[in-house]
Amino acid sequence: MSSYDVVVIGAGSVGTPLSMELAERGLRVLCLDREASAGRGNNRCAIGGIRATHSEPAKVSLCLRSLEVFGSWEETYGDDIGWREGGYCYVAYDDRTRSLLRGIVSDQRKAGLSITWNDPSVILELVPGIREEGLLGGTYSPHDGSANPMQACYAFHRRAANLGAEFGFGETVLGLEAGESRAMVRTDRGEYECGSVVNCAGSHARDLGSMVGVDLPVNPDSHEAGITEPVEIFFGPMVVDIRKGPGSANYYFYQHATGQVVFCITPDPVIPGTDDRETSEFLPMVSRRMVDLYPRLGNLKVRRTWRGCYPQTPDGSPILGRCGSESHYVAVGMCGQGFMLGPGVASLMARLITGESTSDDAAVLRELGPDRDFGSEEALK
Amino acid sequence: MTADSQRRRIERHPILEPLSGEEVDFTFNGRTLKGRRGEVVSSALFASGIRIFGHHPEDGSSQGMFCANGQCSQCSVLVNGVPVKGCIVPLEEGMDVRSMDGLPQLPNQSCPPYSQPVEVETDVLVLGAGPSGMAAAIELGRAGVDTLIVDDKSEPGGKLVLQTHKFFGSVEDCRAGTRGIHLARWLYDELSEHDSVQLWLDSIALAVYSDGKVGVRCPRGYRLVVPRHILVATGARELSLSFPGNALPGVYGAGAFQTLVNRDRIRSSERLFVVGGGNVGLIAAYHALQADMTVVGLAEALPECGGYYVHADKIRRLGVPIYTRHTVVAAHGEEHLEAVTIAEVDDEFHPLPGTERSFRVDTLLVAVGLDPVDEFARKAEEFGIPVLSAGDAEEIAEASAAMFTGRTRGRQIACSLGASDRECPSDWREKAEVLKQPGGKVHPYRVPEHSEGVFPVLHCNQEIPCNPCITSCPLELIRTEGHPILGIPEFEGKCSGCLRCVAICPGLAVTLVDYRKDNQRPGVVVPFELGEWRLREGESMDLTDMKGEVLGKGMLRRVTKAPGSPQTLLLHLDVDASFANRVAGVRVQDPSQVEPLPEPLPVPIADDAVACRCERVTAGEIRRHLRGGVRDLNELKALTRAGFGACGGKTCKPLIARLCREEGIPPEQLEGLTERPLFAETRLGFFCGGAEDR
Repeated sequence: MSSYDVVVIGAGSVGTPLSMELAERGLRVLCLDREASAGRGNNRCAIGGIRATHSEPAKVSLCLRSLEVFGSWEETYGDDIGWREGGYCYVAYDDRTRSLLRGIVSDQRKAGLSITWNDPSVILELVPGIREEGLLGGTYSPHDGSANPMQACYAFHRRAANLGAEFGFGETVLGLEAGESRAMVRTDRGEYECGSVVNCAGSHARDLGSMVGVDLPVNPDSHEAGITEPVEIFFGPMVVDIRKGPGSANYYFYQHATGQVVFCITPDPVIPGTDDRETSEFLPMVSRRMVDLYPRLGNLKVRRTWRGCYPQTPDGSPILGRCGSESHYVAVGMCGQGFMLGPGVASLMARLITGESTSDDAAVLRELGPDRDFGSEEALK
Repeated sequence: MTADSQRRRIERHPILEPLSGEEVDFTFNGRTLKGRRGEVVSSALFASGIRIFGHHPEDGSSQGMFCANGQCSQCSVLVNGVPVKGCIVPLEEGMDVRSMDGLPQLPNQSCPPYSQPVEVETDVLVLGAGPSGMAAAIELGRAGVDTLIVDDKSEPGGKLVLQTHKFFGSVEDCRAGTRGIHLARWLYDELSEHDSVQLWLDSIALAVYSDGKVGVRCPRGYRLVVPRHILVATGARELSLSFPGNALPGVYGAGAFQTLVNRDRIRSSERLFVVGGGNVGLIAAYHALQADMTVVGLAEALPECGGYYVHADKIRRLGVPIYTRHTVVAAHGEEHLEAVTIAEVDDEFHPLPGTERSFRVDTLLVAVGLDPVDEFARKAEEFGIPVLSAGDAEEIAEASAAMFTGRTRGRQIACSLGASDRECPSDWREKAEVLKQPGGKVHPYRVPEHSEGVFPVLHCNQEIPCNPCITSCPLELIRTEGHPILGIPEFEGKCSGCLRCVAICPGLAVTLVDYRKDNQRPGVVVPFELGEWRLREGESMDLTDMKGEVLGKGMLRRVTKAPGSPQTLLLHLDVDASFANRVAGVRVQDPSQVEPLPEPLPVPIADDAVACRCERVTAGEIRRHLRGGVRDLNELKALTRAGFGACGGKTCKPLIARLCREEGIPPEQLEGLTERPLFAETRLGFFCGGAEDR
């Protein structure tokens, strides 16, 4: 039987950078995934937005670390991951949205974030051609951005593998035992013994948790997204409209480094489950809202659409930390933010597993630990 | 119009009627040009000699016509400021057309009035109004089944409307001996008689959705069709080849070529080369000759052409060299194709160094096979929607077979919906198999040796599904001892010289020799479809045998029209008795027109070939990743971006599959690509009620 320091289950947005972080620390790492290559679960369904401008301090700190990794990746390691520092812009067209957005700006600034509330004129400059009628202003956080989830995930995978991490693709975990000092992982290919096992299984997190008798409150729901043809860059930030529309909650879109516009909408009510088959409702619904908000987009040709899962938790925040027994860790329930949280979560988890946690880490882990009270909900979920 | 642009318009054609259409002014990069109202912008540009429409944002490479089918985006131009595909936008007076150099700027626009997509229920949705789709819809119409047939073109018939040649098959099952263009009209006339069948033209299916609806982009807006049953009759797409220069403007498929030439009547080239000796390549070469272009040669990697021998022989006789065991190793040119280099291949199809030959050409047609357009069928199956496929979407074969399988599927669906109890006759399955036959067994070629009386000579010795000569003989003197459709026809008896067999043969492989007047210089009648303007009565012509070898000269005594097929001319030649029975055709291309350059041009490395033309990914890059161990094609796509472009991977997917085979990777080691909608890029505003997407 092969033996590892750590077995990571899931080579997605979280498991891949985590394997890289652990390998960087010289640990023997095996990362298992049922799919054929890295990021083939829901990483590739992410649209690529990366922001630190959350309202929860724990997520702010995780994503600040992520931004550091994404923003410096090409310079440090040479791979193009499609990073673009375009910022995020939440727009307000009604009083409720305006007061909600304005209300949290000061807390976000206190948390060290670069975010401002702006008059309509500023928003019109950032997003030329956005509907002026009814625009009350919006937030702008210039240091948020975007990258290509697949390219980033493959870059993390390459680096992890170069550092000696092993990857078992096309390998399904069938059984899990986690004791106080050692854990065992049984797959359709073999058995592995390890010091720690980390559940980074995204939409499958709950099933995996049940193998060690832990009930992780992670329930996927599905969202559809699309991408257009490329045109010259014409607007800067990710535009987020958090109002409700017929059949939908918020929606958001940005222009990727390639010039393509990527977009996504949240169905209302949510569609629980892992169904990733395309529906006829998506394009009429999302196009109405996008073209209404930003008429210019009407001329852009849609190239491709897809559907993916948001592994949701009751309070909209991830579940991170040691769980149940000493050798069992979870980094699950990313609620559709796995890509932007990934590198930050990976750093935190790697420090936790290797016993290097800082006091800041401890605060984050308290906030996001598996034993927390899941009753409260984040404002900018 | 200038003399040049007149030359680029096909004003005279042996088969096709001239196009009408009002002349309008438009501008290209500020220069005023003339075009024909309603023709697509790309064809109007071609007619003005503009074959480069822009430059790729990735590497500045020149972009021109490629698919001519609205699928890729290489013909993209700016029309009145909006980026569009030139091959689907109809020309209007005063259009401001600009080349697309790099990424376009997105214009501002006002918000369209919002509307919900209209839902349309139908019993059967037929995707594609080609031979199989229309044949199926006719059967469904006969059974009174509520049927909607959608097609992305402005005219029904699919690829039939581009086919000027006569079709094979059997007369009773699929009107063999009729030209494609006439078959399309006949099918449409039949279809129109059935009230339960609706045809939407200019309407393209965008996606089959998991909720059982099919998104259709049509001129009136976005429609969600809710069918009880789907029939996929979407035809096929062309495969391409990997060689340096393969993405140069001037290199494109036979389908695009036929669209430019036979639909839009653009003389798209002066000198062209064809790679691929299947029926598609052979017929494209023939169509080029009909459009008065020089066909410099045709290369086929196999020892024999895969297409019907009669098709190959027909172009050989006209003076087109066919290079078997050869492939294209490079296309040369800075901005546009200027020359092509071919080389002989070994048994593993590797080019043999030192055998290169280069030819000066402006067009290279790639006709190396077809792939079914089967993604809608796969999606429907996955989503549990009852679905069948017909024609090329089911299995690549001739249009004659497509019509027959369409008919079969139509009946099957009518029965499955309980609308009819007329099951398919038991012999239909076997008939379909016969009609799908590729060229089969070759029999000894026998030419009559006698020199008296009058008789036809059948220059036809390969088993193919074709029997019009047999059915055409009023005296029933042409028979076969073999299969009634596949068997080799043989003549025996006393011929009346009625010429019907000469007139109907789709392969133009029947001649009539008449010794009755002069047994030293008998008359030979040869069918000819390349236009009367090439002929002068009284002139001496080069006569060839079945395979195109020159036998000697003959004098063209007169030209008549073939009985029952007036577009086929009959050349009445006086020929020396020593070879009259062997005469099968006349040569129109002189060997001096088709000679290679004195020295072959230098060939760049094979890795320079472009695998994904939308994203400009080279074959070398793909090979590097494959050699690095990548086996998940989704990973390959993400790493290289090959397949993320405008065509949705339709072009590079089979090309990458070929590169995988060349690298010796067994298919079972490869993880296949996940397919996503949309089938064709469509403006976002269209989905919420914006104007039609053209």
